[in-house]
Amino acid sequence: MPTVNENCPILMAEDDQDDLLLVKKAIEKNKIPNPLVAVADGEQMLDYLYRRGRYSRVAAVRPCLILLDLNMPRMDGREALRVLKGDERLKRIPVVILTTSLSPEDLEASYAVGANSYIRKPSSFNELAATIGSLRQYWLEIVQLPPNKGSDDHDR
Amino acid sequence: MTKTQPSIPILMAEDDDGDRFFARKAAEKNAIPNPLVVVQNGEELLDYLHGRGKFDQGRASTAPPCFILLDLNMPRMDGREALRLVKSDERFKKIPVVILTTSKAEEDIANCYQMGANSYITKPVDFDGLVEVFRSLKAYWLETVDLPIP
Repeated sequence: MPTVNENCPILMAEDDQDDLLLVKKAIEKNKIPNPLVAVADGEQMLDYLYRRGRYSRVAAVRPCLILLDLNMPRMDGREALRVLKGDERLKRIPVVILTTSLSPEDLEASYAVGANSYIRKPSSFNELAATIGSLRQYWLEIVQLPPNKGSDDHDR
Repeated sequence: MTKTQPSIPILMAEDDDGDRFFARKAAEKNAIPNPLVVVQNGEELLDYLHGRGKFDQGRASTAPPCFILLDLNMPRMDGREALRLVKSDERFKKIPVVILTTSKAEEDIANCYQMGANSYITKPVDFDGLVEVFRSLKAYWLETVDLPIP
């Protein structure tokens, strides 16, 4: 089945460069056409979404999906998720937590705060590729993503 | 290999008895091991979660579901209202809710995500399409994702 939602960027917040590279490879392996925007922490993620800081002069296109690590410096994923899901303009963007954390508290709290899904990062590349494939199939082929228009005006 | 215990039910709210039948068949076709508990409207959905009304089993409470499939257009209490109540209740808000409806209206899609729906799927018109949706639901929610175990 062809990817229906192929132009909107996928925003990924991940501080570990090796993990980021693996996810990029998994995305390529699954031939996901969507542009990937990678940021290294929660602050950068919000900078992108609010079009501020380093992204203030860039036409930052709203992502259709966010992959969010939990453990990041400066602002971790838990805090970034709270900000995101607490903002009327941004809360509708689907967020998939993709983390090494094995803590049941992180799992419960993420869903309670509004994460759309939570995935513990698999340890092997093949499993990671299968996970990314499943994400593609579900979010880009089966699901109706929230429409991208309307409240896109978040100049700050 | 599912990541979730097969004994944990999937809770579905669907008012149309034809659609209920097809949903059960689609789940069976995909060998989804979890019991599918189907209620007829938003009120019954809440009754199930609270273990009250027809779901009041005395001391035994209803088994919390691993996720919820929610139609939008139902009598007595529609899916939009049920979604709002589920996602504003501390006990239930972490349960993933997948909207499964015939509505393709952008407004419905936007509003449901805004109210905290975990995803939104438009019901296919044919049975094969529905089987495919249930295959995806199984592959994603039962085999890929980690669910908040009730």
